[in-house]
Amino acid sequence: MTTPAGSPPAPGKKLNRIGLEVAQYRGSKTTLCAGCGHNAISERIIEACYDLGVDPKRVLKLSGIGCSSKSPAYFLSQAHGFNSVHGRMPSVATGALLANRTMAAIGVSGDGDTGAIGVGQFVHLMRRNLPLVYIIEDNGCYGLTKGQFSPTADVGSTLKNGVVNDLPPIDTCVMAIELGATFVARSFSGDKKQLTALLKGALSHKGTAMLDVLSPCVTFNDHEGSTKSYSYVKDHEEPVSDVSFVPYFEDIAIEQEEGTTQTVTLHDGSKIVLRKLDHAFDPTVRGESLRMLRESAERGEYATGLLYVDPAKKDFCSMLNLVDEPLAFLPAAVTRPPASVLDELMDKQR
Amino acid sequence: MATTDSAVRSTPESAHRTANEFSIQVATVNGSGSQTANLILIRSLFQMGIPVSGKNLFPSNIAGLPTWYTIRANKHGYIARKKEIDFLVAMNPETAREDVLTLDPGGVVVYDEPLNLSGLRSDLTFYPVPFDKLVAAVCPDAKLRRLVRNMIYDGVVAYLLEIELGEMEKALSRQLGKKQKALALNLGALKAGFDYAQEHFQTKAPFRVERMNATAGKILIEGNAAAAIGCLMAGVTVVAWYPITPSSSLCESLIDLLRKYRMDKATGQATFAVVQAEDEIAALGMVMGASWAGARAMTSTSGPGISLMGEFTGLGYYAEIPALIFDIQRVGPSTGLPTRTAQGDILTTAVLSHGDTRHPLLLPCSVHECYQMAIEGFDLAERLQTPVFIMSDLDLGMNMWMSEPFEYPTKGFDRGKVLDVAALKQVGEWGRYKDVDGDGIPWRTLPGTDMPAYFARGSGHNEKGQYSERADDYERNLDRLTKKFKTAATLVPAPEIDQPKGAKVGLIGYGTSHWAIVETRDQLRQEAGLETSYLRLRAYPFTPALAEFIDRHDRVYLIEQNRDAQMAALMRMDLDPARVAKIRSVLHYSGLPIDARTVTDAVLAQEGLAVAHAAVAADAPHAAGVGGE
Repeated sequence: MTTPAGSPPAPGKKLNRIGLEVAQYRGSKTTLCAGCGHNAISERIIEACYDLGVDPKRVLKLSGIGCSSKSPAYFLSQAHGFNSVHGRMPSVATGALLANRTMAAIGVSGDGDTGAIGVGQFVHLMRRNLPLVYIIEDNGCYGLTKGQFSPTADVGSTLKNGVVNDLPPIDTCVMAIELGATFVARSFSGDKKQLTALLKGALSHKGTAMLDVLSPCVTFNDHEGSTKSYSYVKDHEEPVSDVSFVPYFEDIAIEQEEGTTQTVTLHDGSKIVLRKLDHAFDPTVRGESLRMLRESAERGEYATGLLYVDPAKKDFCSMLNLVDEPLAFLPAAVTRPPASVLDELMDKQR
Repeated sequence: MATTDSAVRSTPESAHRTANEFSIQVATVNGSGSQTANLILIRSLFQMGIPVSGKNLFPSNIAGLPTWYTIRANKHGYIARKKEIDFLVAMNPETAREDVLTLDPGGVVVYDEPLNLSGLRSDLTFYPVPFDKLVAAVCPDAKLRRLVRNMIYDGVVAYLLEIELGEMEKALSRQLGKKQKALALNLGALKAGFDYAQEHFQTKAPFRVERMNATAGKILIEGNAAAAIGCLMAGVTVVAWYPITPSSSLCESLIDLLRKYRMDKATGQATFAVVQAEDEIAALGMVMGASWAGARAMTSTSGPGISLMGEFTGLGYYAEIPALIFDIQRVGPSTGLPTRTAQGDILTTAVLSHGDTRHPLLLPCSVHECYQMAIEGFDLAERLQTPVFIMSDLDLGMNMWMSEPFEYPTKGFDRGKVLDVAALKQVGEWGRYKDVDGDGIPWRTLPGTDMPAYFARGSGHNEKGQYSERADDYERNLDRLTKKFKTAATLVPAPEIDQPKGAKVGLIGYGTSHWAIVETRDQLRQEAGLETSYLRLRAYPFTPALAEFIDRHDRVYLIEQNRDAQMAALMRMDLDPARVAKIRSVLHYSGLPIDARTVTDAVLAQEGLAVAHAAVAADAPHAAGVGGE
């Protein structure tokens, strides 16, 4: 289960900036279906953490229930993980980060876990701007229970057996932007470059980074008639900009082109560089993000890329003005008031 | 006119007036500002050294519905609710008639003159008071009159019962000390009531107050406030909660304490985090996450919240994550009686969640134990790595109780088996769910330390914490959890036992029933010559002392504040049938705090002894139920 801590890498292996090889970012062998988009997302998480030199021991992995929520076992085996209950990962993540604000945290959820049973906790997580990377592995169906529709399934899309979905989808990105998330993106498990860049940005962001990653279910939702199939998403993915990520520790000159390049500087000094494509779209303006999402949905397209970002808003731990050290490790001398306090409280009740 | 009512009634000489043994009931409309007046009343008696207790019987409503506050003063120190009212203050037009009609003969009624109550009965003493006239004279601002009007009855009661006015003024200053204008108005109203009574009522009440020395050094506090102080002293760092009556005041008190004592004055930096969650599911989820990451975390709720916490509680049981949960029990689901007391969550909480689960319950009977068990609860949750519940109730949590002051803890925190370098050497090959020490409790590691990581999940894991659906892994894990629960029985607070020589009948109780049982034992001895032993449960799982106690008696009465004999049901699960056969239940489930008379009469009836008081029958059908095994 656990890779021995700090075991020396084999000679000649490629190491990242903190001296770890990529194997030290892997997890146990996946038990998901061959070709599942979720596995590709796990690979991108491994790649992003390796490239950024994230210390896997400083990461919390959290999930709810479903195929998606199994995946934290398949990356960063040296990180502590918590597979919680269906739809309730946000609350567990909230408690864990309040207990130890010095940890990075990646939460993995699914479209049912987030959009149905967990929509209440999702809503309030977005409001709080907890410093968490929240990934929805979105395939529009319930895989573990054999292919029922989830709330992100589009109107008119069909199940394998021909049943048509009549209800409108929940757009998790629109919800996240409306509710106060400060880094909102949509991507596609098959778009390596975009997804890795967005994950790096999310990991460098201080606040809730919500990534809805379209991740086709090869077993139950990859047929003609599905709007979450591999080919459908590939054909209807419409990047709003070309995303690249420049970490704070790399000294790379960014080529600015007037009117077509936008640079967003994140909390740690890292930069997200957006090269505009067809749209004159500014992801730092909430109203524009929402308008763009509405319009692309009306065209039947998936707008992907960085959809909204606000690097300045306070995250939840800062809002609560927590001390710098983890609350979990505060000594009794700090957390138990002296006897004089109890005396004072008793005197008040006499 | 005002004097005539009382002048014609019997005129007891001072010597014949019962001292320090009476109950007062104030009937008002909620939202009318009677809380201050009632608090002053109880405090002034307490300051005069007389044992007191107060019960607030209030509706689930902001303003406009009937509410009653009963105060019992008792020189013998009995502080359970007394059903029979000796002294009624009738301020609520809606309930006044019924309030008067249900009094026992010989009672006293102070009432708002326009209610015209004196014609209702000839066996009571009536004191009409023109409250509106009096308040108009002392409070020129009409808008404020509603708020000070009730202080007038305090003045009237002070005169009739001979409560020292100085003590009332002292209590009032303490309550409103910082609000000078409000204090002046209230002092004026108090005096106006006193003067009016002195001038118009020649005869005082047949009860009176006499200074005693039974409360020196004691405190007067609500259970929820006491529990909050316990959490503070236990070094809580993460609090997540969702508002629900009757538990809200616990976390609200705690927030005040944390802000005052755990926040840096200069920087505002906090050594705690409080989140008002979106619901009770999230509240416990936050506690689980925080405890998993190593914080001392708690939440507080009531029955409906407990129901919602079921799934997470089961996860906490199997993933073995500490959590401290206060359940301030109240009557049943949804709307209805959320502001009435019960011990109705015992059975559901002991086995909360799906699958095989058992949880330690701590059972405080007093504000002192609310404080003490909060501290012990954190230690137990971390030692046992499991959710621990503190089963308080509305009566304990929201009413004022006398107590000895709380002691500063002498023991440091027990953070349980958290792996570090030294422990790792001892343990050898670490596995998250491996029983290294033979007590069923494994070692855990915390994120952010150098210790090995694990993946916390539900029921399907092996000793190393790896995912497993193997039958032998699951069975072995369940058996270890059983062993852990047996270890819990050696760590939870032991029952308190009092066994007089030769007693053949035992009483068993827990929580707030204690105060009625103490009085019941005296009543049984005095009225029927029945000597009883008493075992007060302080926790679940049961310790061997329970079985031994049952063995020493011919029969035992288990007194509970629920309909279904829930603790008896737990005993049926855990004790052998010969012992269970000795248990008889005495059950009280009216939503009102349990009283001694009800318990005594139920025991006497089951013992085949005569019931001493005829008055009991009046509210017996709804106030008390009696069930046998």
